[in-house]
Amino acid sequence: MQFRRFSILLTLFWLGLFVLVPHLLVVLTSVMTPDSEHLAVWPVSGESWYRLREHLYLQVFWQSLWLSGITTLICLLVGYPFAFIIAKLPRLWRGVLLFLMIVPFWTNSLIRTYAIKLILGNKGLVNSLLLGLGIVDEPVQLLYTEFAVIFGLVYVLLPFMVLPLVSGFDKLDESLLEAARDLGAGFWQRFRLIILPLTMPGVIAGSLIVFLPAMGMFYVADLLGGAKNLLLGNIIKNQFLVVRNWPFGSAFSVALILIMALLMWLYFIANRRINRQGGLQDESL
Amino acid sequence: MEQPRILTLSNITKRFASQEVLTAFSLAIEDGEFFTILGPSGCGKTTVLRLIAGFEQPDEGTLLLNGVDITRMPAEQRPVNTVFQSYALFPHMSVFDNVAFGLKMAGVGRQETADRVNEALAMVRLSDYAMRKPHQLSGGQKQRVAMARAIVNRPRVLLLDESLSALDHKLRQEMRIELKQLQRKLGITFVFVTHDQEEALSMSDRLMVMNLGQAQQVGTPREIYESPRNLFVAQFIGEINLFDAVIREKLDEYHYEAELLGEAKRIRCDRRLQPGDRVNVMLRPEDLRIHSLTDATVPRGFPGRVMERYYTGQTLNSLIMLENGQTVTAHEFFDEDDPDFDYSINEAVDVDWVAGWEHVIPVES
Amino acid sequence: MKAFRWGFVTLVFVYLYLPIALLVINSFNVSKYGHEWRGFSLKWYEKLAGNDALMQAFTNSLVIATLAATAATIIGTLMALAIYRYRFPLRKTASGLLFVVMLSPDIVLAITFLVIFIALGIQLGFWSLLIAHITFCLPFVVVTVYAQLNGFDKNLLEAAQDLGASESRIFLRIILPLVMPAVVASWLLSFTLSLDDVIISSFVTGPGFEILPIRVFSMVKVGVSPEVNVLATLLLVISLTLVTLSTLLLKRKKPQ
Repeated sequence: MQFRRFSILLTLFWLGLFVLVPHLLVVLTSVMTPDSEHLAVWPVSGESWYRLREHLYLQVFWQSLWLSGITTLICLLVGYPFAFIIAKLPRLWRGVLLFLMIVPFWTNSLIRTYAIKLILGNKGLVNSLLLGLGIVDEPVQLLYTEFAVIFGLVYVLLPFMVLPLVSGFDKLDESLLEAARDLGAGFWQRFRLIILPLTMPGVIAGSLIVFLPAMGMFYVADLLGGAKNLLLGNIIKNQFLVVRNWPFGSAFSVALILIMALLMWLYFIANRRINRQGGLQDESL
Repeated sequence: MEQPRILTLSNITKRFASQEVLTAFSLAIEDGEFFTILGPSGCGKTTVLRLIAGFEQPDEGTLLLNGVDITRMPAEQRPVNTVFQSYALFPHMSVFDNVAFGLKMAGVGRQETADRVNEALAMVRLSDYAMRKPHQLSGGQKQRVAMARAIVNRPRVLLLDESLSALDHKLRQEMRIELKQLQRKLGITFVFVTHDQEEALSMSDRLMVMNLGQAQQVGTPREIYESPRNLFVAQFIGEINLFDAVIREKLDEYHYEAELLGEAKRIRCDRRLQPGDRVNVMLRPEDLRIHSLTDATVPRGFPGRVMERYYTGQTLNSLIMLENGQTVTAHEFFDEDDPDFDYSINEAVDVDWVAGWEHVIPVES
Repeated sequence: MKAFRWGFVTLVFVYLYLPIALLVINSFNVSKYGHEWRGFSLKWYEKLAGNDALMQAFTNSLVIATLAATAATIIGTLMALAIYRYRFPLRKTASGLLFVVMLSPDIVLAITFLVIFIALGIQLGFWSLLIAHITFCLPFVVVTVYAQLNGFDKNLLEAAQDLGASESRIFLRIILPLVMPAVVASWLLSFTLSLDDVIISSFVTGPGFEILPIRVFSMVKVGVSPEVNVLATLLLVISLTLVTLSTLLLKRKKPQ
């Protein structure tokens, strides 16, 4: 009985104190008044939420959405066929390739992002090649552009897109494709009517895992984007650690959480549409 | 009048990795018949079906459908439809859309599609389920949707891959009857694959027994059951009693005298045999005639003792050990003359059979 | 068609590995700037060893990773057990919260941690870092261990109860040995997750306890830093070893 009680209490305590309460606190903070000394004080104020509508921040918000959106799109365009190919390989090859895909992922992402500077910088690999081959006379400015940020985001997040996609393809019953062939469906018809709808949950899951984190990856924007290409994460970091306007920073975070909730809801619906016992019940315990 | 051949497989060889799954396999199926391929697991029967459907390509040999060579034709173009063992219903589509799928692929117009789908659903008695999704259906209902989805396209040949194996016993027996009636009504050629010999015998117009990638025998259920061509078929279908015998002399065109269990026995055989030939004399359990030796009848058969007996409701089955140590199985029906007969363990009995009901084949070398 | 497939796959892997390869190669490059190979040298390795601040940060990160992994594994295993085996109120909430942590982007988690630590008066430094790392590793531990618990033969547990074993005995003697592969794999997973973290660490660490990403960040913002190449190579070797171990372990015990 002791043991049982202990493990239950531990679970509830830890999750309550370090997950539930903090999240509630953040929501609470977003509606408090900023204060330079105490970070956030009463009274309750909608000031921070109101300020979200300021042009400057909206602009960064849209730019974040744009950058993250493009990143997600590219990850999908590259990741989908990649996962399709991998999922069909014999077990051994599949394991090896997935393993190889995970290995870079397990190196510190900051260092990996730094490595991209070696490639895109004025003295980096790409420019050296271009100059060496005589295609250009001067180094092309690749760093500190939107392109560099997207390049970096895709670089860090691509494996996160591939893994849920592969899982989605796995769940695709081969006999369904045979049945479709049997009934006269050609390749593109099979893709459009069977493969795509049935892998859609994987697509949404992958997009979730790429889109949201992308918006928060301030270090990529810092290293590769310079001052002009900011992500939502940069603003949040700035508000919390530099400006110390916690309510404002919290408001941004809550906005991010709301987007996350929306996407999760979409995932849930997609699973329900294809009638799998999927969504929350799948991952949940 | 001979039925036209709708489907011909000639000399098909199929290899997976380095293993030959089908060897010089040939098969001819007639238009409008219910043809079953029967065999144990791994005998290659599913491979044959997949070859006909087009999911596999033969390494050697040809396939002709209604005279047209379809050997290299991709699956999506063949006028052949399959009912899959797992049903393979599209989970994200309704029953209606599932059944309409093939018609949609063929570009059939909306009105005609709706008419034909409803017709097919009515035929499998699922008209009220058109808007349901597969996960809302029972196993038997899924099976019928799979059937509807296939037959709505009016294929020349319908392939059924162990379609009934996932159903429970009672349902299975009901479906057998339904399937047979459906086939008669549609007039489509059915090619049915199963490992259940009772199913094969009860449903087919003709059937093929397969083993190890080769056809063992092709014939009507009666032919297969009563005149198995070799030992495998005899033992695979139903139960069989086997006696070793040696031909002594020829008596007339179909009759020989053979030495069987140390005695001279008159046997009937359609094939040409020579004195000295070794043969298997086979008898089905229901063909044996058992008499208690306590009766005042003259023993005419082989003496033995009852080792075990089982009451099955319809029959009394006995396991009898003969003098030479061999055991035979006998199934005897209860009838009006003797409704309560039974044997006691170790009872002495006389084992014989109706003359001419034995089936004789030469021993394979 | 097949060539196209393999070509595509290779291209993606080139994209993924090229930057890392450059880092590793340049760690041995005499030249400071990566675009020219001037000869093989281990001088940057020496320089790293002499860079006290960086080595300290590296060590700190390793220490945190080890401690966080260990704690997360223990706590997470107990959580997985509780959720799997016991019925208690808020059970669904607990698993829901774990799910939230797993799916939340790091930045959101980072500020939830920051807020609670300040609210509780915990100073930002070693302890805040440790607690944060443990927490974000927990869902991965729980999912891994739970998955293996799921394949458990309940009869074993009932037999043990029938023979009079207490809950803790059942856990230690029967459950734990059988889910050990998942437990070990979880440790390895948590270790690498912790080592890899940038965003959360940036928020919850303090001036007294510097960790790797913070140090590296300040170094690379300014310009090229060859010691970072060395660091990358070392980390790569560590991660490779650990991931190989973890995969082998899971594969070996899988058919249970």
